[in-house]
Amino acid sequence: MKTTRIRSEHLSTLMWGSASIGSFLVIWYVLTQTTRLGTLIPGPDIVLISLFKGIFGQVGRHSILMHAVYSLGRVLAGFIIGSALGVTVGLIMGWSRVAEAIMAPLYRIIRPIPPIAWIPISIIWFGLGESAKIFLIFLASFANVTLNAWSGARNVDRQLIGAAKMLGANQRQIFFSIVLPSSVPQIFAGLQVAMSSSWSTVLAAEMVRSSEGLGWMIVTGMNNNDIVQILTGIVAIGVVGFLLANIMRNLEAVLCRWNKSGQ
Amino acid sequence: MSVEQKRPVKTMIQCRGVGKTFTTPAGPMDVVKSLDIDADENEFLVLFGPGQCGKTTIINLIAGLEQATEGSITVNGKDVKRPDPERGVVFQTTALFNWLTTMGNVEYGPRVAGMGKAKRRKQAQRYIDLVGLQGFENSFPIQLSGGMQQRVGIARVYCNEPKVMLMDEPFGALDAQTRYLMQEELQRIWQAEKRTIVFVTNNIEEAIYLADRIIVLSNCPATVKREYIIDMPRPRDYVSDEFLRLRKEITGIMDSTR
Repeated sequence: MKTTRIRSEHLSTLMWGSASIGSFLVIWYVLTQTTRLGTLIPGPDIVLISLFKGIFGQVGRHSILMHAVYSLGRVLAGFIIGSALGVTVGLIMGWSRVAEAIMAPLYRIIRPIPPIAWIPISIIWFGLGESAKIFLIFLASFANVTLNAWSGARNVDRQLIGAAKMLGANQRQIFFSIVLPSSVPQIFAGLQVAMSSSWSTVLAAEMVRSSEGLGWMIVTGMNNNDIVQILTGIVAIGVVGFLLANIMRNLEAVLCRWNKSGQ
Repeated sequence: MSVEQKRPVKTMIQCRGVGKTFTTPAGPMDVVKSLDIDADENEFLVLFGPGQCGKTTIINLIAGLEQATEGSITVNGKDVKRPDPERGVVFQTTALFNWLTTMGNVEYGPRVAGMGKAKRRKQAQRYIDLVGLQGFENSFPIQLSGGMQQRVGIARVYCNEPKVMLMDEPFGALDAQTRYLMQEELQRIWQAEKRTIVFVTNNIEEAIYLADRIIVLSNCPATVKREYIIDMPRPRDYVSDEFLRLRKEITGIMDSTR
């Protein structure tokens, strides 16, 4: 009974979603056919055909799929390192007043700097290769994840810590079995922001200097005055971003199933 | 009767001249003052008192979650300095670990003590059965009702096999029907597995139903007002003459202290 209702609700959301995307494409098509918009951008039919052709075809030296894989590889490397360090630093800041007093001021100054502001210095430090891009994504994820892990650990219910103590847990056990898991929903909110921030940062980094990736694809489109390639790249960026957000949401539903946010 | 009563009764909890003063923006506030309480081994002691009069503080002091500003507290012959698995607490707010299942919560104490998985699972299962939660081992707390959550809280403390169980209005947040049921359940559980229990409540029926002895506390600061030994046979009848007489008498005491 309950599952059928959820399923039919799911179906109706899916239908409304498809309807909204569908009408957007129709309006886009009609406008390019009937108005001067057609001289500025190609219709959705042209873009989608170019996308489907390009997925396994050739845009520059690679297929769109491979460009996406290059971009994703950079995101993944930076995101994993940045999140791992962010969770660690954030939890320690939230757990220890001394650590917080030492690290918080520095963190508060670094955090508001947008990752792309680090592009020049990253190129000077790391050159034009992969490490510069991974460094930028690392910064993008680190900043977001740290903030959430910090506030998660800081706001752990004191009574839960009292409960763990009366059950015999020592400080190390309290940290790993109470502070860490009870911060997971907040950490996850941070990971989601970090993922989308990483995705936009990799594109910016690729637009500055790279020879492959979705960012490269749109910037060469601009250099060659190839508006179809630009729009194809943008749609591909949107699709990959959408898939990433979905993966994160599903992961949250599994890891936070004990919590309202996982329902 | 005869054999049991000849054995010398061991004093499990001893509070002597215990006081707790909080510093507030309005100056120091005495929440507990010159409190003397003893509890025998396996005794069911109820601390009964009005609203916000520091009953929770007494529980926290005996648990070691807060430090007394005056006097001394010993449990099982040892001074109370910090929380210890020897003294389990059942909180009004349940304070369950929401990311752990029923099993995960109940086996938490033995797990942090380093007991092997098979052994602690077996032990936890025994107490899950004792509180009547078989079939809910893999449920998370948010999937359980208020009464069931409190059963988890009780099993979690039992499973740690403490000498003393401190219960801070554990049924205070439950609806009336569930509350009666939980009182009966707790009495059944306690009779099956005797422990020293200090149970705090502001509900007189609950106090008389459960207690071997009731200590009536005065309002802020909390001190001992009077003591009643309840020797009615268990399970008790909420509407028996003796029950109602006691209820009237203790309520009378409370009114005269207001």
